[in-house]
Amino acid sequence: MKQPLRLLQISSRGDAGATRGELVPLARLSGPIPWVIAIMVALTAIASAGGLALRNVASAAASELSDGITVQIVEARPEVRDAAAKAAVALLQSEPGVTGVRPVPQADVDALIEPWLGVGAADGGAEEAAVPVPALIDARLTGRITPERLAALRDRLRAQVPSARVDAQSSWLKPVFGAISSLQWLALALVLLMGLATGSAVLLATRTALGSNRETIEIVHLLGGTDAQIARIFQRAIATDAASGGATGFVAAAIVIVLLGRRFAGLGAGLVSGGTLGWLDWALLALVPLAGTLLATMTARFTVLRALARML
Amino acid sequence: MNSTAGGEIVQFDNVGLRYGTDREVLSDVSFTLYPSSFYFLTGASGAGKTSLLKLLYFAQRPSRGGIRVLGADAITMPRDRLPALRRRLGVVFQDFRLVPHLSAFDNVALPLRVAGFAESDIARPVADMLEWVGLADRMTARPATLSGGEQQRVAIARAVIGRPQLLVADEPTGNVDPEMALKLLRLFEALNRLGTTVVVATHDVHLIKKVPDSLIMRLDKGRLSDPTGALRYPPKRPAAMP
Repeated sequence: MKQPLRLLQISSRGDAGATRGELVPLARLSGPIPWVIAIMVALTAIASAGGLALRNVASAAASELSDGITVQIVEARPEVRDAAAKAAVALLQSEPGVTGVRPVPQADVDALIEPWLGVGAADGGAEEAAVPVPALIDARLTGRITPERLAALRDRLRAQVPSARVDAQSSWLKPVFGAISSLQWLALALVLLMGLATGSAVLLATRTALGSNRETIEIVHLLGGTDAQIARIFQRAIATDAASGGATGFVAAAIVIVLLGRRFAGLGAGLVSGGTLGWLDWALLALVPLAGTLLATMTARFTVLRALARML
Repeated sequence: MNSTAGGEIVQFDNVGLRYGTDREVLSDVSFTLYPSSFYFLTGASGAGKTSLLKLLYFAQRPSRGGIRVLGADAITMPRDRLPALRRRLGVVFQDFRLVPHLSAFDNVALPLRVAGFAESDIARPVADMLEWVGLADRMTARPATLSGGEQQRVAIARAVIGRPQLLVADEPTGNVDPEMALKLLRLFEALNRLGTTVVVATHDVHLIKKVPDSLIMRLDKGRLSDPTGALRYPPKRPAAMP
Protein backbone atom coordinates (compact mmCIF):
# COMPACT_ATOMS: atom_id res chain seq x y z
CA MET A 1 0.00 0.00 0.00
CA LYS A 2 1.40 3.39 -0.97
CA GLN A 3 1.99 6.04 1.67
CA PRO A 4 -0.23 9.14 1.40
CA LEU A 5 2.76 11.42 0.87
CA ARG A 6 3.86 9.45 -2.15
CA LEU A 7 0.43 9.86 -3.69
CA LEU A 8 0.71 13.61 -3.60
CA GLN A 9 3.89 13.93 -5.59
CA ILE A 10 2.29 15.12 -8.81
CA SER A 11 4.49 17.74 -10.37
CA SER A 12 3.24 21.25 -10.82
CA ARG A 13 3.92 21.32 -14.54
CA GLY A 14 0.41 22.30 -15.46
CA ASP A 15 0.04 24.65 -18.37
CA ALA A 16 -3.17 26.61 -18.08
CA GLY A 17 -5.24 26.44 -21.17
CA ALA A 18 -2.99 23.89 -22.84
CA THR A 19 -5.46 21.04 -22.59
CA ARG A 20 -5.18 19.11 -25.80
CA GLY A 21 -7.70 16.39 -25.25
CA GLU A 22 -11.41 16.74 -24.66
CA LEU A 23 -11.85 18.25 -21.21
CA VAL A 24 -15.35 16.96 -20.69
CA PRO A 25 -16.94 15.07 -23.54
CA LEU A 26 -20.31 16.76 -23.43
CA ALA A 27 -23.13 14.38 -24.14
CA ARG A 28 -24.20 14.93 -27.77
CA LEU A 29 -26.70 17.76 -27.84
CA SER A 30 -28.57 15.83 -30.51
CA GLY A 31 -32.27 16.55 -30.20
CA PRO A 32 -33.59 18.54 -33.11
CA ILE A 33 -30.49 20.65 -33.75
CA PRO A 34 -28.86 18.58 -36.54
CA TRP A 35 -32.23 18.32 -38.27
CA VAL A 36 -33.02 22.01 -37.87
CA ILE A 37 -29.63 22.88 -39.33
CA ALA A 38 -30.09 20.31 -42.13
CA ILE A 39 -33.41 21.92 -43.11
CA MET A 40 -32.02 25.44 -42.84
CA VAL A 41 -28.95 24.58 -44.91
CA ALA A 42 -31.07 22.80 -47.54
CA LEU A 43 -33.45 25.77 -47.87
CA THR A 44 -30.59 28.28 -47.89
CA ALA A 45 -28.70 26.29 -50.53
CA ILE A 46 -31.82 26.02 -52.72
CA ALA A 47 -32.54 29.75 -52.33
CA SER A 48 -28.90 30.53 -53.10
CA ALA A 49 -28.96 28.23 -56.14
CA GLY A 50 -32.11 30.04 -57.33
CA GLY A 51 -30.38 33.40 -56.93
CA LEU A 52 -27.28 32.19 -58.76
CA ALA A 53 -29.32 30.65 -61.57
CA LEU A 54 -31.24 33.91 -61.99
CA ARG A 55 -27.98 35.83 -62.07
CA ASN A 56 -26.70 33.45 -64.78
CA VAL A 57 -29.92 33.84 -66.76
CA ALA A 58 -29.66 37.62 -66.55
CA SER A 59 -25.99 37.76 -67.51
CA ALA A 60 -26.41 35.24 -70.37
CA ALA A 61 -29.36 37.17 -71.74
CA ALA A 62 -27.61 40.49 -71.28
CA SER A 63 -24.44 39.34 -73.07
CA GLU A 64 -26.52 37.86 -75.88
CA LEU A 65 -28.76 40.87 -76.37
CA SER A 66 -26.64 43.83 -75.35
CA ASP A 67 -25.02 44.22 -78.79
CA GLY A 68 -28.09 43.38 -80.85
CA ILE A 69 -30.71 45.44 -82.67
CA THR A 70 -33.79 44.28 -84.53
CA VAL A 71 -35.05 46.01 -87.64
CA GLN A 72 -38.69 45.42 -88.53
CA ILE A 73 -39.97 46.23 -92.00
CA VAL A 74 -43.63 46.95 -91.42
CA GLU A 75 -45.18 46.71 -94.84
CA ALA A 76 -48.35 44.85 -95.79
CA ARG A 77 -47.41 44.24 -99.45
CA PRO A 78 -45.04 41.27 -99.60
CA GLU A 79 -43.12 42.37 -102.72
CA VAL A 80 -42.55 45.92 -101.36
CA ARG A 81 -41.60 44.44 -97.97
CA ASP A 82 -39.00 42.11 -99.52
CA ALA A 83 -37.44 44.98 -101.52
CA ALA A 84 -37.37 47.21 -98.42
CA ALA A 85 -35.79 44.43 -96.38
CA LYS A 86 -33.04 43.94 -98.99
CA ALA A 87 -32.36 47.70 -99.01
CA ALA A 88 -32.20 47.77 -95.22
CA VAL A 89 -29.79 44.81 -95.15
CA ALA A 90 -27.55 46.51 -97.73
CA LEU A 91 -27.54 49.76 -95.77
CA LEU A 92 -26.80 48.02 -92.48
CA GLN A 93 -23.91 46.09 -94.04
CA SER A 94 -22.36 49.36 -95.18
CA GLU A 95 -22.81 50.99 -91.72
CA PRO A 96 -19.60 51.34 -89.69
CA GLY A 97 -19.75 49.48 -86.37
CA VAL A 98 -22.16 46.82 -87.64
CA THR A 99 -20.48 43.43 -87.33
CA GLY A 100 -23.23 41.17 -88.59
CA VAL A 101 -26.55 41.37 -90.36
CA ARG A 102 -28.95 38.44 -90.61
CA PRO A 103 -32.38 38.57 -92.15
CA VAL A 104 -34.56 36.33 -89.97
CA PRO A 105 -35.78 33.47 -92.18
CA GLN A 106 -39.50 33.41 -92.88
CA ALA A 107 -39.73 29.94 -91.31
CA ASP A 108 -38.45 31.33 -87.97
CA VAL A 109 -40.93 34.19 -88.10
CA ASP A 110 -43.74 31.72 -88.82
CA ALA A 111 -42.63 29.61 -85.89
CA LEU A 112 -42.65 32.67 -83.63
CA ILE A 113 -46.29 33.56 -84.31
CA GLU A 114 -47.53 30.02 -84.77
CA PRO A 115 -48.57 29.56 -81.10
CA TRP A 116 -50.89 32.56 -81.37
CA LEU A 117 -52.15 32.52 -84.97
CA GLY A 118 -51.85 28.87 -85.96
CA VAL A 119 -50.01 27.15 -88.80
CA GLY A 120 -49.77 29.09 -92.05
CA ALA A 121 -51.45 32.21 -90.67
CA ALA A 122 -48.57 34.48 -91.69
CA ASP A 123 -48.48 35.67 -95.28
CA GLY A 124 -45.01 34.14 -95.84
CA GLY A 125 -45.22 35.25 -99.41
CA ALA A 126 -48.26 33.03 -100.03
CA GLU A 127 -51.10 34.81 -101.76
CA GLU A 128 -53.84 33.18 -99.73
CA ALA A 129 -52.31 34.21 -96.39
CA ALA A 130 -54.44 36.53 -94.27
CA VAL A 131 -52.06 38.20 -91.78
CA PRO A 132 -49.21 40.42 -92.98
CA VAL A 133 -46.13 39.89 -90.79
CA PRO A 134 -43.18 42.31 -90.69
CA ALA A 135 -39.83 41.18 -92.07
CA LEU A 136 -37.24 40.95 -89.31
CA ILE A 137 -33.50 41.71 -89.56
CA ASP A 138 -31.13 40.84 -86.73
CA ALA A 139 -27.97 42.99 -86.58
CA ARG A 140 -24.92 42.96 -84.26
CA LEU A 141 -23.07 46.12 -83.39
CA THR A 142 -19.69 46.75 -81.81
CA GLY A 143 -19.54 48.72 -78.58
CA ARG A 144 -22.37 49.94 -76.42
CA ILE A 145 -25.72 50.72 -77.96
CA THR A 146 -26.62 54.12 -76.57
CA PRO A 147 -29.99 55.80 -77.25
CA GLU A 148 -28.16 58.45 -79.33
CA ARG A 149 -26.42 55.84 -81.48
CA LEU A 150 -29.69 53.96 -81.96
CA ALA A 151 -31.51 57.19 -82.94
CA ALA A 152 -28.80 58.10 -85.50
CA LEU A 153 -28.97 54.63 -87.07
CA ARG A 154 -32.77 54.77 -87.10
CA ASP A 155 -32.68 58.16 -88.91
CA ARG A 156 -30.26 56.94 -91.58
CA LEU A 157 -32.25 53.76 -92.15
CA ARG A 158 -35.64 55.48 -92.34
CA ALA A 159 -34.28 58.00 -94.83
CA GLN A 160 -33.97 55.13 -97.31
CA VAL A 161 -36.52 52.63 -95.92
CA PRO A 162 -39.43 54.57 -94.37
CA SER A 163 -41.18 51.36 -93.24
CA ALA A 164 -38.18 50.33 -91.03
CA ARG A 165 -38.44 50.30 -87.25
CA VAL A 166 -35.30 49.90 -85.17
CA ASP A 167 -35.20 48.61 -81.58
CA ALA A 168 -32.36 47.59 -79.25
CA GLN A 169 -32.97 43.97 -78.25
CA SER A 170 -32.05 44.65 -74.64
CA SER A 171 -34.87 47.16 -74.28
CA TRP A 172 -37.44 44.42 -74.98
CA LEU A 173 -36.18 42.45 -71.99
CA LYS A 174 -35.90 45.38 -69.59
CA PRO A 175 -39.00 44.34 -67.62
CA VAL A 176 -37.70 40.75 -67.52
CA PHE A 177 -34.33 41.93 -66.18
CA GLY A 178 -36.20 44.00 -63.60
CA ALA A 179 -38.18 40.96 -62.48
CA ILE A 180 -35.01 38.82 -62.36
CA SER A 181 -33.30 41.48 -60.26
CA SER A 182 -36.25 41.49 -57.84
CA LEU A 183 -36.09 37.70 -57.57
CA GLN A 184 -32.35 37.89 -56.88
CA TRP A 185 -32.98 40.33 -54.03
CA LEU A 186 -35.70 38.01 -52.76
CA ALA A 187 -33.26 35.08 -52.81
CA LEU A 188 -30.69 37.16 -50.90
CA ALA A 189 -33.32 38.17 -48.33
CA LEU A 190 -34.30 34.50 -47.95
CA VAL A 191 -30.66 33.50 -47.40
CA LEU A 192 -30.28 36.20 -44.72
CA LEU A 193 -33.54 35.18 -43.02
CA MET A 194 -32.45 31.53 -43.04
CA GLY A 195 -29.17 32.56 -41.42
CA LEU A 196 -31.07 34.47 -38.77
CA ALA A 197 -33.40 31.53 -38.17
CA THR A 198 -30.42 29.13 -37.96
CA GLY A 199 -28.72 31.42 -35.44
CA SER A 200 -31.91 31.65 -33.36
CA ALA A 201 -32.41 27.88 -33.41
CA VAL A 202 -28.82 27.30 -32.31
CA LEU A 203 -29.19 29.95 -29.62
CA LEU A 204 -32.22 28.17 -28.18
CA ALA A 205 -30.54 24.76 -28.43
CA THR A 206 -27.40 26.06 -26.74
CA ARG A 207 -29.43 27.59 -23.93
CA THR A 208 -31.25 24.30 -23.46
CA ALA A 209 -27.94 22.45 -23.49
CA LEU A 210 -26.51 24.94 -21.00
CA GLY A 211 -29.48 24.31 -18.73
CA SER A 212 -29.21 20.55 -18.89
CA ASN A 213 -25.41 20.64 -18.45
CA ARG A 214 -25.37 23.36 -15.81
CA GLU A 215 -24.08 20.92 -13.18
CA THR A 216 -21.10 19.93 -15.34
CA ILE A 217 -20.37 23.56 -16.21
CA GLU A 218 -20.42 24.61 -12.57
CA ILE A 219 -18.10 21.77 -11.59
CA VAL A 220 -15.55 22.59 -14.31
CA HIS A 221 -15.93 26.27 -13.40
CA LEU A 222 -15.26 25.64 -9.71
CA LEU A 223 -12.29 23.41 -10.53
CA GLY A 224 -10.68 26.38 -12.28
CA GLY A 225 -11.89 25.90 -15.83
CA THR A 226 -11.75 29.13 -17.80
CA ASP A 227 -14.69 30.48 -19.76
CA ALA A 228 -12.84 29.66 -22.98
CA GLN A 229 -12.33 26.03 -21.90
CA ILE A 230 -16.01 25.62 -21.06
CA ALA A 231 -17.15 27.41 -24.22
CA ARG A 232 -14.90 25.07 -26.23
CA ILE A 233 -16.81 22.06 -24.88
CA PHE A 234 -20.07 23.47 -26.27
CA GLN A 235 -18.48 24.70 -29.46
CA ARG A 236 -17.25 21.20 -30.25
CA ALA A 237 -20.60 19.60 -29.50
CA ILE A 238 -22.54 22.15 -31.57
CA ALA A 239 -19.96 22.09 -34.38
CA THR A 240 -20.28 18.29 -34.62
CA ASP A 241 -24.06 18.49 -34.74
CA ALA A 242 -24.04 21.42 -37.17
CA ALA A 243 -21.53 19.75 -39.48
CA SER A 244 -23.54 16.54 -39.70
CA GLY A 245 -26.78 18.49 -40.16
CA GLY A 246 -25.16 20.81 -42.70
CA ALA A 247 -23.79 17.90 -44.74
CA THR A 248 -27.19 16.18 -44.77
CA GLY A 249 -28.95 19.39 -45.75
CA PHE A 250 -26.46 20.14 -48.52
CA VAL A 251 -26.76 16.66 -50.05
CA ALA A 252 -30.57 16.98 -50.04
CA ALA A 253 -30.35 20.46 -51.57
CA ALA A 254 -27.86 19.28 -54.23
CA ILE A 255 -30.25 16.51 -55.30
CA VAL A 256 -33.15 18.98 -55.57
CA ILE A 257 -31.03 21.52 -57.47
CA VAL A 258 -29.74 18.92 -59.97
CA LEU A 259 -33.24 17.53 -60.57
CA LEU A 260 -34.74 21.01 -61.01
CA GLY A 261 -31.83 22.00 -63.28
CA ARG A 262 -32.52 19.01 -65.52
CA ARG A 263 -36.22 19.87 -65.66
CA PHE A 264 -35.51 23.46 -66.71
CA ALA A 265 -32.84 22.40 -69.20
CA GLY A 266 -35.43 20.03 -70.69
CA LEU A 267 -37.69 23.00 -71.48
CA GLY A 268 -35.25 24.02 -74.21
CA ALA A 269 -36.18 27.69 -73.76
CA GLY A 270 -33.20 29.93 -74.57
CA LEU A 271 -33.55 32.24 -71.59
CA VAL A 272 -33.96 29.45 -69.01
CA SER A 273 -31.08 27.35 -70.34
CA GLY A 274 -28.74 30.25 -69.53
CA GLY A 275 -29.37 29.61 -65.82
CA THR A 276 -27.27 26.43 -65.62
CA LEU A 277 -24.99 26.40 -62.53
CA GLY A 278 -21.24 26.35 -63.16
CA TRP A 279 -18.51 24.88 -60.95
CA LEU A 280 -17.95 28.27 -59.31
CA ASP A 281 -21.65 28.38 -58.41
CA TRP A 282 -21.38 24.91 -56.85
CA ALA A 283 -18.28 26.00 -54.94
CA LEU A 284 -20.29 28.94 -53.58
CA LEU A 285 -23.16 26.62 -52.64
CA ALA A 286 -20.70 24.32 -50.83
CA LEU A 287 -19.91 27.30 -48.59
CA VAL A 288 -23.50 27.26 -47.27
CA PRO A 289 -23.06 24.25 -44.90
CA LEU A 290 -19.63 25.56 -43.89
CA ALA A 291 -21.12 28.97 -43.13
CA GLY A 292 -23.98 27.26 -41.26
CA THR A 293 -21.51 25.30 -39.13
CA LEU A 294 -19.45 28.42 -38.46
CA LEU A 295 -22.55 30.43 -37.57
CA ALA A 296 -23.77 27.69 -35.21
CA THR A 297 -20.33 27.35 -33.58
CA MET A 298 -19.92 31.09 -33.07
CA THR A 299 -23.49 31.43 -31.77
CA ALA A 300 -22.81 28.64 -29.27
CA ARG A 301 -19.54 30.26 -28.19
CA PHE A 302 -21.04 33.69 -27.57
CA THR A 303 -24.12 32.25 -25.86
CA VAL A 304 -21.98 30.21 -23.46
CA LEU A 305 -19.56 33.06 -22.79
CA ARG A 306 -22.42 35.42 -22.05
CA ALA A 307 -24.04 32.90 -19.69
CA LEU A 308 -20.70 32.26 -17.94
CA ALA A 309 -20.10 35.98 -17.53
CA ARG A 310 -23.11 36.03 -15.22
CA MET A 311 -21.50 33.38 -13.01
CA LEU A 312 -18.90 34.30 -10.41
CA MET B 1 4.53 34.31 -6.63
CA ASN B 2 4.17 34.47 -2.88
CA SER B 3 0.50 35.08 -2.43
CA THR B 4 0.63 35.02 1.33
CA ALA B 5 3.15 37.73 1.96
CA GLY B 6 1.37 38.73 5.15
CA GLY B 7 1.63 35.17 6.49
CA GLU B 8 -2.07 34.46 6.25
CA ILE B 9 -3.67 32.25 3.62
CA VAL B 10 -7.24 33.36 4.29
CA GLN B 11 -8.48 36.51 5.93
CA PHE B 12 -12.15 37.32 6.63
CA ASP B 13 -12.94 40.78 7.86
CA ASN B 14 -16.46 41.46 9.19
CA VAL B 15 -18.00 39.32 6.50
CA GLY B 16 -21.76 39.14 6.12
CA LEU B 17 -23.72 37.02 3.69
CA ARG B 18 -27.39 36.98 2.85
CA TYR B 19 -29.24 35.28 0.03
CA GLY B 20 -31.68 37.65 -1.61
CA THR B 21 -33.57 39.64 0.94
CA ASP B 22 -33.52 36.98 3.67
CA ARG B 23 -31.74 37.53 6.96
CA GLU B 24 -27.97 37.16 7.03
CA VAL B 25 -26.76 33.56 7.14
CA LEU B 26 -23.32 34.80 8.16
CA SER B 27 -22.78 37.89 10.28
CA ASP B 28 -19.63 39.75 11.25
CA VAL B 29 -17.37 36.79 10.54
CA SER B 30 -13.72 37.65 11.03
CA PHE B 31 -10.84 35.19 11.17
CA THR B 32 -7.43 34.44 9.75
CA LEU B 33 -6.14 31.08 8.52
CA TYR B 34 -2.42 30.42 8.33
CA PRO B 35 -0.41 28.27 5.95
CA SER B 36 0.07 24.61 6.84
CA SER B 37 -2.64 24.70 9.49
CA PHE B 38 -5.45 22.21 9.98
CA TYR B 39 -8.86 23.61 10.87
CA PHE B 40 -12.14 21.99 11.75
CA LEU B 41 -15.27 24.03 11.19
CA THR B 42 -18.09 22.87 13.41
CA GLY B 43 -21.60 23.96 14.18
CA ALA B 44 -25.16 22.74 14.09
CA SER B 45 -26.98 22.16 10.86
CA GLY B 46 -27.97 25.50 9.34
CA ALA B 47 -25.26 27.36 11.27
CA GLY B 48 -23.72 28.57 7.99
CA LYS B 49 -20.81 26.14 7.54
CA THR B 50 -21.48 25.44 3.86
CA SER B 51 -22.07 29.14 3.17
CA LEU B 52 -18.74 30.00 4.76
CA LEU B 53 -16.98 27.33 2.70
CA LYS B 54 -18.61 28.67 -0.48
CA LEU B 55 -17.03 32.03 0.25
CA LEU B 56 -13.69 30.26 0.65
CA TYR B 57 -13.81 28.56 -2.74
CA PHE B 58 -15.24 31.56 -4.63
CA ALA B 59 -18.66 30.10 -5.31
CA GLN B 60 -20.21 33.11 -3.63
CA ARG B 61 -19.35 36.73 -3.01
CA PRO B 62 -20.14 38.15 0.44
CA SER B 63 -22.84 40.77 0.92
CA ARG B 64 -20.43 42.84 2.97
CA GLY B 65 -17.01 42.76 4.51
CA GLY B 66 -13.64 41.84 3.07
CA ILE B 67 -12.12 38.50 2.09
CA ARG B 68 -8.58 37.71 1.04
CA VAL B 69 -7.75 34.18 -0.11
CA LEU B 70 -4.25 33.13 -1.17
CA GLY B 71 -3.25 36.78 -1.19
CA ALA B 72 -6.02 37.87 -3.55
CA ASP B 73 -8.85 40.21 -2.69
CA ALA B 74 -11.94 38.11 -3.38
CA ILE B 75 -14.17 41.17 -3.60
CA THR B 76 -12.32 43.33 -6.09
CA MET B 77 -10.43 40.68 -8.02
CA PRO B 78 -11.28 40.67 -11.76
CA ARG B 79 -13.36 37.68 -12.79
CA ASP B 80 -10.79 36.45 -15.31
CA ARG B 81 -8.25 35.88 -12.53
CA LEU B 82 -10.54 33.54 -10.59
CA PRO B 83 -9.81 30.33 -12.58
CA ALA B 84 -6.07 30.48 -11.83
CA LEU B 85 -6.88 31.00 -8.16
CA ARG B 86 -9.43 28.19 -8.08
CA ARG B 87 -6.81 25.79 -9.44
CA ARG B 88 -4.83 26.34 -6.24
CA LEU B 89 -7.80 25.15 -4.19
CA GLY B 90 -9.12 21.67 -3.55
CA VAL B 91 -12.80 21.34 -2.72
CA VAL B 92 -14.75 18.35 -1.41
CA PHE B 93 -18.38 19.29 -1.92
CA GLN B 94 -20.99 18.04 0.50
CA ASP B 95 -23.00 16.66 -2.42
CA PHE B 96 -19.80 15.38 -4.13
CA ARG B 97 -20.62 17.13 -7.43
CA LEU B 98 -19.11 14.52 -9.70
CA VAL B 99 -19.62 14.88 -13.46
CA PRO B 100 -22.29 12.25 -14.08
CA HIS B 101 -21.15 11.08 -17.50
CA LEU B 102 -17.46 10.77 -16.60
CA SER B 103 -15.87 7.68 -15.07
CA ALA B 104 -14.33 7.76 -11.60
CA PHE B 105 -10.91 8.02 -13.27
CA ASP B 106 -11.92 10.96 -15.47
CA ASN B 107 -13.58 12.73 -12.55
CA VAL B 108 -10.37 12.52 -10.52
CA ALA B 109 -8.29 13.54 -13.54
CA LEU B 110 -10.52 16.56 -14.28
CA PRO B 111 -8.65 19.19 -12.19
CA LEU B 112 -5.36 18.11 -13.77
CA ARG B 113 -6.84 18.28 -17.27
CA VAL B 114 -8.33 21.69 -16.52
CA ALA B 115 -4.87 22.81 -15.38
CA GLY B 116 -3.37 21.58 -18.64
CA PHE B 117 -1.36 18.56 -17.49
CA ALA B 118 -0.26 16.16 -20.22
CA GLU B 119 -2.16 12.88 -20.29
CA SER B 120 1.10 11.02 -19.68
CA ASP B 121 1.51 12.89 -16.38
CA ILE B 122 -2.05 12.22 -15.34
CA ALA B 123 -2.62 8.48 -15.72
CA ARG B 124 -0.31 7.18 -13.00
CA PRO B 125 -1.11 9.61 -10.15
CA VAL B 126 -4.84 9.28 -10.76
CA ALA B 127 -4.67 5.48 -10.80
CA ASP B 128 -2.55 5.47 -7.63
CA MET B 129 -4.93 7.86 -5.89
CA LEU B 130 -7.97 5.78 -6.78
CA GLU B 131 -6.18 2.65 -5.61
CA TRP B 132 -5.36 4.32 -2.32
CA VAL B 133 -8.97 5.32 -1.66
CA GLY B 134 -9.95 1.71 -2.40
CA LEU B 135 -11.44 2.23 -5.82
CA ALA B 136 -8.84 0.51 -8.01
CA ASP B 137 -11.48 -1.81 -9.40
CA ARG B 138 -14.04 0.98 -9.93
CA MET B 139 -11.99 3.34 -12.10
CA THR B 140 -14.24 3.05 -15.13
CA ALA B 141 -17.47 3.19 -13.17
CA ARG B 142 -19.80 6.16 -13.63
CA PRO B 143 -20.94 8.02 -10.48
CA ALA B 144 -24.48 6.70 -10.79
CA THR B 145 -23.20 3.14 -10.30
CA LEU B 146 -21.11 4.03 -7.25
CA SER B 147 -22.38 3.97 -3.66
CA GLY B 148 -22.52 7.18 -1.64
CA GLY B 149 -19.28 6.30 0.15
CA GLU B 150 -17.53 5.49 -3.12
CA GLN B 151 -18.67 8.76 -4.66
CA GLN B 152 -17.36 10.60 -1.62
CA ARG B 153 -13.96 8.94 -2.01
CA VAL B 154 -13.85 9.92 -5.69
CA ALA B 155 -14.72 13.50 -4.69
CA ILE B 156 -11.90 13.53 -2.12
CA ALA B 157 -9.41 12.03 -4.56
CA ARG B 158 -10.36 14.76 -7.06
CA ALA B 159 -9.90 17.48 -4.43
CA VAL B 160 -6.42 16.41 -3.34
CA ILE B 161 -4.93 15.13 -6.62
CA GLY B 162 -3.59 18.54 -7.63
CA ARG B 163 -1.89 19.14 -4.25
CA PRO B 164 -3.84 22.33 -3.52
CA GLN B 165 -2.62 25.15 -1.29
CA LEU B 166 -5.97 25.27 0.45
CA LEU B 167 -8.21 22.23 0.86
CA VAL B 168 -11.83 22.90 1.75
CA ALA B 169 -13.90 19.83 2.64
CA ASP B 170 -17.59 19.90 3.50
CA GLU B 171 -18.51 16.86 5.62
CA PRO B 172 -15.96 14.73 3.74
CA THR B 173 -16.44 11.57 5.78
CA GLY B 174 -20.18 11.64 6.25
CA ASN B 175 -20.83 8.63 4.03
CA VAL B 176 -17.87 6.35 4.76
CA ASP B 177 -17.24 3.81 7.47
CA PRO B 178 -15.02 4.80 10.44
CA GLU B 179 -12.01 2.90 9.08
CA MET B 180 -12.19 4.68 5.70
CA ALA B 181 -12.89 8.00 7.46
CA LEU B 182 -9.65 7.63 9.39
CA LYS B 183 -7.78 6.68 6.23
CA LEU B 184 -9.07 9.76 4.42
CA LEU B 185 -8.16 11.90 7.40
CA ARG B 186 -4.59 10.60 7.12
CA LEU B 187 -4.59 11.73 3.49
CA PHE B 188 -5.63 15.21 4.55
CA GLU B 189 -2.92 15.23 7.20
CA ALA B 190 -0.35 14.16 4.62
CA LEU B 191 -1.44 16.98 2.40
CA ASN B 192 -1.26 19.31 5.39
CA ARG B 193 2.31 18.22 6.08
CA LEU B 194 3.18 19.14 2.49
CA GLY B 195 2.05 22.68 3.25
CA THR B 196 -1.62 22.66 2.42
CA THR B 197 -3.97 24.51 4.71
CA VAL B 198 -6.92 22.23 5.42
CA VAL B 199 -10.40 23.32 6.44
CA VAL B 200 -12.81 20.48 7.21
CA ALA B 201 -16.43 21.15 8.08
CA THR B 202 -17.77 18.31 10.21
CA HIS B 203 -20.13 17.31 12.97
CA ASP B 204 -17.96 14.35 13.89
CA VAL B 205 -16.31 15.01 17.26
CA HIS B 206 -14.36 11.75 17.06
CA LEU B 207 -12.83 12.87 13.78
CA ILE B 208 -11.72 16.16 15.35
CA LYS B 209 -10.06 14.30 18.21
CA LYS B 210 -7.98 12.28 15.73
CA VAL B 211 -6.07 15.43 14.72
CA PRO B 212 -4.72 16.79 17.97
CA ASP B 213 -2.92 19.75 16.38
CA SER B 214 -6.03 20.97 14.64
CA LEU B 215 -7.70 24.29 15.38
CA ILE B 216 -11.44 24.58 15.81
CA MET B 217 -13.76 27.22 14.37
CA ARG B 218 -17.32 27.06 15.60
CA LEU B 219 -20.27 28.66 13.84
CA ASP B 220 -23.43 29.38 15.75
CA LYS B 221 -26.36 30.91 13.86
CA GLY B 222 -24.03 32.52 11.35
CA ARG B 223 -21.63 33.93 13.92
CA LEU B 224 -18.16 32.59 14.48
CA SER B 225 -16.96 31.73 17.95
CA ASP B 226 -13.41 30.88 18.86
CA PRO B 227 -13.71 28.41 21.73
CA THR B 228 -10.01 27.59 21.91
CA GLY B 229 -8.75 31.08 21.11
CA ALA B 230 -6.82 29.48 18.29
CA LEU B 231 -8.08 31.91 15.70
CA ARG B 232 -7.08 34.92 17.72
CA TYR B 233 -3.84 33.42 19.04
CA PRO B 234 -2.75 30.76 16.56
CA PRO B 235 -0.02 28.51 17.90
CA LYS B 236 3.34 28.50 16.14
CA ARG B 237 3.51 25.70 13.59
CA PRO B 238 6.50 24.07 12.05
CA ALA B 239 7.44 25.30 8.60
CA ALA B 240 5.83 23.47 5.72
CA MET B 241 7.71 20.64 4.09
CA PRO B 242 9.31 21.64 0.81
